[in-house]
Amino acid sequence: MLKFIKHNLESIEGVEIYPIISLVLFFLVFSTMIVFVFKLPKRRIDNLSNLPFDNDTNTKEKSDE
Amino acid sequence: MEKEQFYYDNKIVKMFLWATILWGVVGMLVGLLVALLFVFPGLLEFTGSDNAISWLSFGRLRPLHTNAVIFAFVGNGIFLGIYYSTQRLLKTRMFNDVLSRIHFWGWQAIIVAAAITLPLGLTSSKEYAELEWPIDIVVVLIWVVFAINLFGTILKRRQRHIYVAIWFYIATVITIAVLYIFNNLEMPVSAFKSYSVYSGVQDALVQWWYGHNAVAFFLTTPVLGLMYYFVPKVANRPVYSYRLSIIHFWTLIFLYIWAGPHHLLYTALPEWARNLGTVFSVMLIFPSWGGMINGLLTLRGAWDKVRENPVLKFFVVAITGYGMATFEGPMLSFKNLNAIGHYTDWIVGHVHIGALAWNGFMIAGIVYWLAEKLWKTPLYSKKLANTHFWLGTLGILFYAIPLYVAGFTQAFMWKQFNPDGTLVYGNFLETVTQVIPMYAMRAIGGTLYLTGFVLLAINIIKTAKAGSTVEDELAEAAPLKKISGKRIAGEGFHTWLERKTVLFTILTTVAILIGGLVEIVPLILVKSNIPTIESVKPYTPLELEGRDIYIREGCNNCHSQMIRPFRSEVERYGEYSKAGEFVYDFPFLWGSRRTGPDVHRIGGKYNDNWHFNHMLDPRSTSPGSIMPRYSWLIKNDMNASNLESKMEGLVGLGVPYTEEEIKGAKQALLTQAKEIENNLRQDPEFVKNYGSSNIENKEIVALIAYLQRLGTDIKANNTALK
Repeated sequence: MLKFIKHNLESIEGVEIYPIISLVLFFLVFSTMIVFVFKLPKRRIDNLSNLPFDNDTNTKEKSDE
Repeated sequence: MEKEQFYYDNKIVKMFLWATILWGVVGMLVGLLVALLFVFPGLLEFTGSDNAISWLSFGRLRPLHTNAVIFAFVGNGIFLGIYYSTQRLLKTRMFNDVLSRIHFWGWQAIIVAAAITLPLGLTSSKEYAELEWPIDIVVVLIWVVFAINLFGTILKRRQRHIYVAIWFYIATVITIAVLYIFNNLEMPVSAFKSYSVYSGVQDALVQWWYGHNAVAFFLTTPVLGLMYYFVPKVANRPVYSYRLSIIHFWTLIFLYIWAGPHHLLYTALPEWARNLGTVFSVMLIFPSWGGMINGLLTLRGAWDKVRENPVLKFFVVAITGYGMATFEGPMLSFKNLNAIGHYTDWIVGHVHIGALAWNGFMIAGIVYWLAEKLWKTPLYSKKLANTHFWLGTLGILFYAIPLYVAGFTQAFMWKQFNPDGTLVYGNFLETVTQVIPMYAMRAIGGTLYLTGFVLLAINIIKTAKAGSTVEDELAEAAPLKKISGKRIAGEGFHTWLERKTVLFTILTTVAILIGGLVEIVPLILVKSNIPTIESVKPYTPLELEGRDIYIREGCNNCHSQMIRPFRSEVERYGEYSKAGEFVYDFPFLWGSRRTGPDVHRIGGKYNDNWHFNHMLDPRSTSPGSIMPRYSWLIKNDMNASNLESKMEGLVGLGVPYTEEEIKGAKQALLTQAKEIENNLRQDPEFVKNYGSSNIENKEIVALIAYLQRLGTDIKANNTALK
């Protein structure tokens, strides 16, 4: 339905800057994040994914530091 | 390091659990009731055909159903899971017990207020944001209480790193606040009546920016957080890929900021950005489906448990439902599929896959699992839980499949032409009566699902009775050692970011705010870019009152006011709708579903007597119609006491009423009402039955005035368009 009214947005002067801002921002954040995520050491990942089972102590964290 | 002892607050979790069950039953019961009205339109007219009860009509009950299921059932279900998992993931009691209680009771009070005001017809008409302005203010206050409580808990935690589930909760809290406030900006004109500050096209854009993202951040992100905590807990193994969960999170919250303006302004993009955008759209299937895969693969090596453990069964169907709904969503955004899906029952089927499978089954699984933990006793009956699972799954299928069939049937019947260029199904009613059997099957599906849920209620009540009454659970953990706020040796950036929760929250906020802004700014600018149409004039006082009655009765739940530029729609309804026609529509009333025909060009199509008889008994003018009778409109006196303040409020929003017009509003209203009464008196039947009652003072006259005005502005002067 909105597609029949979207052209009204496109008549705004310089409006293309908004999707470009969000696309570029998204692109940058997404690529940076992917790089960081894959650089995370396996040991950290294991510790993090075990957080829900770490029920009584944070000994794990201590040995980790 | 010395360990500290503390207690988890289980009482608040139990309170939310009972509320989830109670509102689940209520919300689904109302849903079943409105589903039955499609098959038996006279079901609730037990007081006699001339004495229909206004607050039991479909238009008022449908918003009650949607609000009850979204905000009362799923809302309480989310809070239940958040209050349980947050305490354990952060190794601390909730920040403040009083805030927890205010949050709980405040939320229930909002629900009760909604359950009273919506059937009374106190509604803003904007879907899933129907509540009137005083309740909106309370919603915002209670949401702030929840936010303080959640962030307070995060700050006093005993766990250095925050688990991915908590990030999803943080994103939910922030984004819902922004969405809710922007979409509910209203001009109050009396204690329970307000007008949206946006009109027409702008209001539609803001509303569906809200509608789309509310689904994302109320029905998806918090439930994903719950998935990332409860699925590993129940399967007793860590999430399949923590890396994927990080990608899933950031993509989901960033995707919405990008997808919003991208969808709205795609053609305005330069070539390079369009290409990049296309590549991205394809790539993005990976993270969103990654979320589903991540959930399902967490069960790797534990599939044998799925056979025995009803909780895991619920989770598997729930996550599959998430995958189906998120696949269907992008499909529906394709132009040609959207042309089929929009306004039909396909959409209703689609959202119910989300609501019944993803939300409902996720919550059911969590409730069963938590019952054993909270009352420290085995579940009363595993067999009963399994029965619930099968009834629920059958219910989902019986619900969704008939509606998919109905959706396609409607779309194709609406579009079918004879060789001579006329519509095959020129009478809209034929397309309604054709799918009634599908509606009957849908009601059976709903009954099955509700029955299953009632079994859950029984099971949990029995379990609670047999279990212990301890409210607080003892736990111990060492307090956090102070370490440098900077990154320590060997620490990855994201790992560091996760322990800097304040920074993390700020980044999340920045992410969604930038996204919000790049989307909202064009929406604010659009008003001055709508081509004005000379002949479009503000509503007369009587039409304005009629429009408010249209809103009160929720007519927009079944009738659209937006004729698409398709040959089939122009043939059926008349000239397609123009953006400039809606500039005085505060709020817009385009609707989202055509259970009945579009009414944008209804003005002048029938005479006043037809409308009078049709409102009194739709079946008398349109045999086979499933519309409710509106007999109270003929009995109720029109209440125009707020007329001047309504008009003044609209002047504040930019409607050009002059001072004389406002001063003479009551007189103008009476004059126009008298005209309509004179028209009605042309019919001897009317004179015989209603000749002695002063119909010009009744609500029906205002509604007729509004309906006869609809879409006529450009009929009068077609040249103004060109």
